[in-house]
Amino acid sequence: MFIDGGEEGRFLHADLDSFFASVEQRDDPSLRGRPVLVGGGVVVAASYEARAAGVRAPMGARAARRLCPDAVVVPPRMGAYAQASGAVFAIFRDITPRVEGISIDEAFLDVGGLRRLAGAPTAIGTGLRGRVRAEVGLPISVGIAGPKFLAKVASAAAKPDGLLSVPVGGELAFLHPLPVERLWGVGPVTAATLHTHGIATVGDLARHPQEWLAAQVGTGAARHLYALSQARDPRGVDSGRRRRSIGAQRAIGRGPHSQAQLDAVLVGLLDRVCGRLREAGRSARGVTLRVRFGDYTRATRSQTLDGPADSTPVLLAVARLLLASAHERIVADGITLLGVSLHGLDNHGVVQLALPFEVGAGGWDPPPAAVRDQGSLDRAVDQVRGRFGTSALTRGVLVGRDPGIQMPVLPDGHGAQ
Amino acid sequence: MKLQVDRDVLAEAVTWAVRGLSPRPPVPVLAGVLLDATPEGLTLSAFDYEVSAKVSIDAQVDEPGTVLVHGRLLADISRSLPSGKPVELAADGTKVQVVCGSSRFSLQQMPTTDYPTLPTSPEPTGTVSGEAFTKAVSQVAIAADRGDTLPILTGVRVEIDGDKLSLLATDRYRLALRELTWNPAAADAAHVALIPARTLSETAKALGAAGSVEVALGNAAGGEGLVGFEAGQRRTTTRLLDGDYPKVTSIFPSSVDTISVIKTSDLTEAVKRVALVAERNTPVRLRFSEGQVAIEAGQGDDAQASEAVEATLSGPELEIAFNPQFLLDGLGAIGTDYARLAFTQPSRPAVLSGQATADGESDESYRYVLMPVRFAS
Repeated sequence: MFIDGGEEGRFLHADLDSFFASVEQRDDPSLRGRPVLVGGGVVVAASYEARAAGVRAPMGARAARRLCPDAVVVPPRMGAYAQASGAVFAIFRDITPRVEGISIDEAFLDVGGLRRLAGAPTAIGTGLRGRVRAEVGLPISVGIAGPKFLAKVASAAAKPDGLLSVPVGGELAFLHPLPVERLWGVGPVTAATLHTHGIATVGDLARHPQEWLAAQVGTGAARHLYALSQARDPRGVDSGRRRRSIGAQRAIGRGPHSQAQLDAVLVGLLDRVCGRLREAGRSARGVTLRVRFGDYTRATRSQTLDGPADSTPVLLAVARLLLASAHERIVADGITLLGVSLHGLDNHGVVQLALPFEVGAGGWDPPPAAVRDQGSLDRAVDQVRGRFGTSALTRGVLVGRDPGIQMPVLPDGHGAQ
Repeated sequence: MKLQVDRDVLAEAVTWAVRGLSPRPPVPVLAGVLLDATPEGLTLSAFDYEVSAKVSIDAQVDEPGTVLVHGRLLADISRSLPSGKPVELAADGTKVQVVCGSSRFSLQQMPTTDYPTLPTSPEPTGTVSGEAFTKAVSQVAIAADRGDTLPILTGVRVEIDGDKLSLLATDRYRLALRELTWNPAAADAAHVALIPARTLSETAKALGAAGSVEVALGNAAGGEGLVGFEAGQRRTTTRLLDGDYPKVTSIFPSSVDTISVIKTSDLTEAVKRVALVAERNTPVRLRFSEGQVAIEAGQGDDAQASEAVEATLSGPELEIAFNPQFLLDGLGAIGTDYARLAFTQPSRPAVLSGQATADGESDESYRYVLMPVRFAS
């Protein structure tokens, strides 16, 4: 067995720079070198030129324009992004089968065993950046380190369009001067807590004992943060990682919405997530509904099913019950966002079938017709969409409605071999 | 009120009367048990608007009277009193004194004025053997839904058609149907009622020891929406569930392709063993071929198990997968030495029934319909 005795870490984190905006600049030369905002009412991505002016995604388009008056706003083309992502992931998997996709535009690669085949990690990283640039036409940043999380910290430090390798033994020297916010798990709340105790950098954090940290942020978070501040991360690359939940959400404008309108939004969301569920060959045991009310407070409601299900009508029926349970509050406070996620995902893809009850029994869930055909309608719809595209077949209630922006997602089981 | 009563008789009566009371009733007085002493004896009543229970016991009554005390507390006390000694109950101002040997308890009385009137005693629709009724209810109640998505499915559907009594329950994934004969008060009796499964099970267990149970349905129970049961000195009513029960006539396959008969205990033991490796939600797979059924669970990287059990086969070979617990529930309910499984296709309902001997007639008075598990490919 070959033991990696080099001075470089084995983990490589590759992260596309300002992904959506870069695709736009790639496809339209007139946008190159100019600040580009992708989105409509909400900016979902900003090019580095726009970021230099302070624009961050997501941000309201009006606020973004105020910061960057000469920015070019382009509508998102999710299909193009999904295609570009697929091409980039194909390059990742060509380099090593040990790829763990984190999202559509970033992944961890374990290149520890490739020294003899492909050279040192830095050489592999440089080659990867060159291939993504040459074959897909996009800038990508690469971080390399021994602890997995540190590779991601390094790629962030390398941006834009750079490469940074943290040498073995040099982890603390690299990590300690960085602000604590760079650590995975430190959000605004934890950061504020740490700041009040005079902790600004990772080095400040590392000087406090774990017991003291536990009193400030809780035992679990303290153990996690302390380990990270010492550059310890035992995780490896999990190329067979599967999604734990599948979700979609839709922002809704203020103003009154009829029950029928909300139901149509819900139908659209369920249609989408159930399709993805079946595409991954999985079934769900639970449904969670997320609602953001008119005052921007949020609430979630969940229901666990008796058994795993992958049928759109069954899961839609549960989601409708959940939406009905939030009805009073929605009427009182208004609603600005509706989201749904399926969880309790079953890896085995087994589904307990329901008995074929007769049509017409009142108050009966799931809808009898759908129960009777045991998912054959779902399968037919999936097949048509697989062949002719998602918009080839639409539910009646959704005809003529804007489906909203559909963020492309990493297909489930991406990187699994 | 002042009386003397046998300790065991009191303990049993109070325990039975308060068994259905909610620990957190909507109104405090509903946690009480009403003690009514008359020259004929002592009657205990409890009622929480869903379930009512009334039992009369022998007592030596010195002074008649009525008091209301906390039901569960009196039940706990009665059960812990020294046995073999009589119990003396006496109203004393706002208290009730409970004295047994040298033990002495003083309980606060609850106001009887706020206590609701129990539903009136119904005229029976008919009678059924206590033993048969208890068994039938236990066979069917296992298939009732325990969740809360569809309240009607938490009930057992009771249908009366002349001297036929049928009990049915389903949770959408399996369905149990038991048909038995009973003695209707009128030859043309016809009723359908949906009784909460949990209450029905408890009632059947509590009354089953009696030789015969009187059942009162429909108007006989003093108004729609109630069912009454009476056995010996015990009487109980339960509020019915409201709603449309699904039509189930199409559930039973009209024709059958594959039939297998297996020794019930062999199949039960094998499924229990193999199911040890079936993780949450994963099925056991049964492959029926000539002379045997092969049972397997687990796949891929997970633990796996397999076992073969002797079985007769008529019709084509078949492979089908079930939730192991659903299958075991049915095997435990048939109550016969042999189990008969009838199939059409691996994605269609299977019907389980009992059979006394390997080559005998199948007993269709109890049928357990089980929906298989599909493997998403």
